[in-house]
Amino acid sequence: MTARTTRIIGFVAFAAFVAFVAVLPSFIGDFKAREYSYVGIYLIALLGLNILTGYTGQISLGHGAFMAIGGYTTAILMAGNEQFGGPISGGMKDVWTLPIAGLVAGLVGLAFGIPALRLSGLYLALATFAIAVAMPSTAKRFEEFTGGGSGIQLFGTPELTGSISNVEIFGLSFSPNDWMYYLAWSIALVAFAVAWLILRGRTGRAFRAVRDSEIAAVSSGVSLARYKTLAFAISAAYAGVAGGLFVIASAFINPDAFPVALSIYLLVGIVVGGLGGLSGLVFGAIFIAFLPLWAQGQDLGSLLPDRIIAETQKPGGPAMVYGIVLILLMFAIPNGVGGLFRRIGQLISSRRYSRAK
Amino acid sequence: MIVAAFSDFMQQVVSGLASGGIYALLALALVIIHRSTGVINFAQGEMATFSAYIAWTLTVNHGLSYWPAFVACLAISFGGGVGIHRVVIRPVERGSVLRIVIVTIGLLVGINGFVIWEWGGEPQQLRSPFGTETYDVGGVIVAAHDIGTIAVALGIVLLLWLLFRFTKVGLALRAVAVNPDEARLVGVRVTWMLALGWGLAATLGAVAGMLTAPTVGLDPQMMQAVLIYAFAAAVLGGIDSPIGAVVGGLLLGVLLNMLSYLSQYGAFDWFTEELRLPAALLIILVVLLVKPTGIFGRPEVKRV
Amino acid sequence: MALLELDRVGARYGPVHALHDVSLTVREGEVVAVLGANGAGKTTTLRAISGTVSRSGTIELEGKAVKGGPEVAAKAGIAHVPEGRGTFVDLTVIENLKLGAYTRRHGSVKADIARIAEYFPWIAERGGQRAGTLSGGEQQMLALGRALMSRPRLLLLDEPSLGLAPMVVREFFRIVRELNEKEGLTVLVVEQDAKIALKASARAYVLEVGRVALTGASDELRSDESIRKSYLGY
Repeated sequence: MTARTTRIIGFVAFAAFVAFVAVLPSFIGDFKAREYSYVGIYLIALLGLNILTGYTGQISLGHGAFMAIGGYTTAILMAGNEQFGGPISGGMKDVWTLPIAGLVAGLVGLAFGIPALRLSGLYLALATFAIAVAMPSTAKRFEEFTGGGSGIQLFGTPELTGSISNVEIFGLSFSPNDWMYYLAWSIALVAFAVAWLILRGRTGRAFRAVRDSEIAAVSSGVSLARYKTLAFAISAAYAGVAGGLFVIASAFINPDAFPVALSIYLLVGIVVGGLGGLSGLVFGAIFIAFLPLWAQGQDLGSLLPDRIIAETQKPGGPAMVYGIVLILLMFAIPNGVGGLFRRIGQLISSRRYSRAK
Repeated sequence: MIVAAFSDFMQQVVSGLASGGIYALLALALVIIHRSTGVINFAQGEMATFSAYIAWTLTVNHGLSYWPAFVACLAISFGGGVGIHRVVIRPVERGSVLRIVIVTIGLLVGINGFVIWEWGGEPQQLRSPFGTETYDVGGVIVAAHDIGTIAVALGIVLLLWLLFRFTKVGLALRAVAVNPDEARLVGVRVTWMLALGWGLAATLGAVAGMLTAPTVGLDPQMMQAVLIYAFAAAVLGGIDSPIGAVVGGLLLGVLLNMLSYLSQYGAFDWFTEELRLPAALLIILVVLLVKPTGIFGRPEVKRV
Repeated sequence: MALLELDRVGARYGPVHALHDVSLTVREGEVVAVLGANGAGKTTTLRAISGTVSRSGTIELEGKAVKGGPEVAAKAGIAHVPEGRGTFVDLTVIENLKLGAYTRRHGSVKADIARIAEYFPWIAERGGQRAGTLSGGEQQMLALGRALMSRPRLLLLDEPSLGLAPMVVREFFRIVRELNEKEGLTVLVVEQDAKIALKASARAYVLEVGRVALTGASDELRSDESIRKSYLGY
């Protein structure tokens, strides 16, 4: 296959996917649309994390913390924190808080990216993990900004968001669930396209060069410091937007809304989706959003004997299943779903090549 | 007043050393695995929790008295560690670091789930072998459990040191950590040594778990914070240095207690119990940035 | 009787064949050299013998097939000193030597260390030093000493001259020859430096792109100018 046909196939696939996303709510129903909006939100976070980990080779176990920063930014801009003694009065409409959430998280990412230059591999993983673990208790400590342990409610400001009551846009009426779905997915698809544009050009090449060999990258004139911190900033900005959306969707934030487990699951998501690829990430996002539910036997009821379903629905059962599935996945598809796709693609194209011969 | 403050201070030091001893054991477990396989085992804390539950069920449900249960628990944990390496880690060992990290995370989630599934989420009481008495040593009140913890931790460290320094197996374990390819050439069975390392790490974790449970209560989440402190201790001492893990653990335990102590007396009054964990993480960050190799680590040579 | 017998041995790294049908023999008490250009398959030959690459064909030590990984080869009495000084840099000199005796069940390790210290007198006084702090030459000597600790039936040396000063190389080969003459040690040595290897060995094989191109007594190969020019490059 030539590069051109690959690209055309890519465009067609993307367009088909956009169409699929657009019509999906009319098939799955209003309630499910809410669940699928979380897939879109996770996809945004995964796109960001993959730029950092998949393309630049810097492992982050702390992206939940960047999501939290975005989430708090959104919540504070909407509901304000004057009621806890903070300086911000709030009142901003939800959609407009998202760019700011991305910006704030991106700046924090930039600030963290600079010291992170000195760390590599597992050391960076540990340092970012430290941030994820520290985030909840730090948020509790700075109560006047964050509302402490009880967090910030958005239910008091229905006029600022379509996530709670029906809204009309261009004469179309959206239920809160549909509205959330379309908001999350339009941003996710734009984020996908932006990530693709960033990664296919000069910047993307520089990122990959840094990942594959730092020494070789430097000797071919790529500035390590510049691209590593840039990757951190972009990646954190993605996480910030995702975090903002997450808070809009749940209309609520508190320090435990972004637990360490979330950071871990994000990393799991990109590995399952396939590092260094974009399309596989959709599966990573589905994995994060739905495996906890599937592990409880939901939607799969008839596939397994009732006795096993009953056992896995005991407390702890779902986590056990989740852990086992995760390990088995790493055995079965070491390069994630994306890697599996690429592998299949290679098989097809090589067969075609040998037939032409 | 000054005397009272001093005995209070000493009390904090002793209890800091006790919690530090536990951090040291778990940090040592992390270091053993990291040295030989380059992997940070995120499941180390859950493995320890699992072991503590084993000890609990042996004493409560199977009628063993404490010390036989203790020994049986160590044996089971050792076997479990070896088994985990053989079954779960070995198949992915040659893959990317990230894959192994995810597998250890899978273990973390899975073992935690199993503990809740098997024994329920409610906290249980694992008793301390050293009792709940306290002694007055020259005005300083010390808990028997704290002294016992420090003694056991130091005893284990000593045993481990003897194993590594003076036995053939210990030498082989160190050789594998330095250069596994070379080690195979001199006839060391590397995969078994790695499994042995996991077994030892699981055993150390078991001790840490059994010593933690009496003070914080046996529950499925009890080792999660301890694991973070152990990370901090390992990083502080140098992630490849066993001595560093021990010193780092003890230092961290005392340091964190000192912060609580001083905040009671007005200094560092911003420090509250909620910040205990973030303080440990701040230590991780600062050490990683200022001296990534830790106190005892040697710089790593980067290969092109 | 042949101590080591390679019959049509091939080896590959993944899909890349590095060795095709190499057959060679080493007799008890012999020093045999394997020569050839970079990429001719010299190192791979040794790796095939000690089992660090996947291989085909048969390899026999004292008439018994050598199968499995390097642990098995080590146990069977093959000591492999790999390219680029195989020492455990973080361990002490004595610990390195003790590891050499890892597979042995009999005999005193202490006595053997004393015996080896006769060849390398500096070992006695610097036994507690970390191997990584030794000079390149000393590390190569230590690697040799460690191999001897296993009381090997066969010693494999891979490019011992690499990166060492000529004087050190001469000293190294002098010791190898002394070991051969005094203790009857059998050696298969791979060398880039054909001149010194031919001087130290009784027979030699010349490899070219993974095949044996030429074999003969070292003296004859040395004196044949056309062979020297076309195969050995000096």
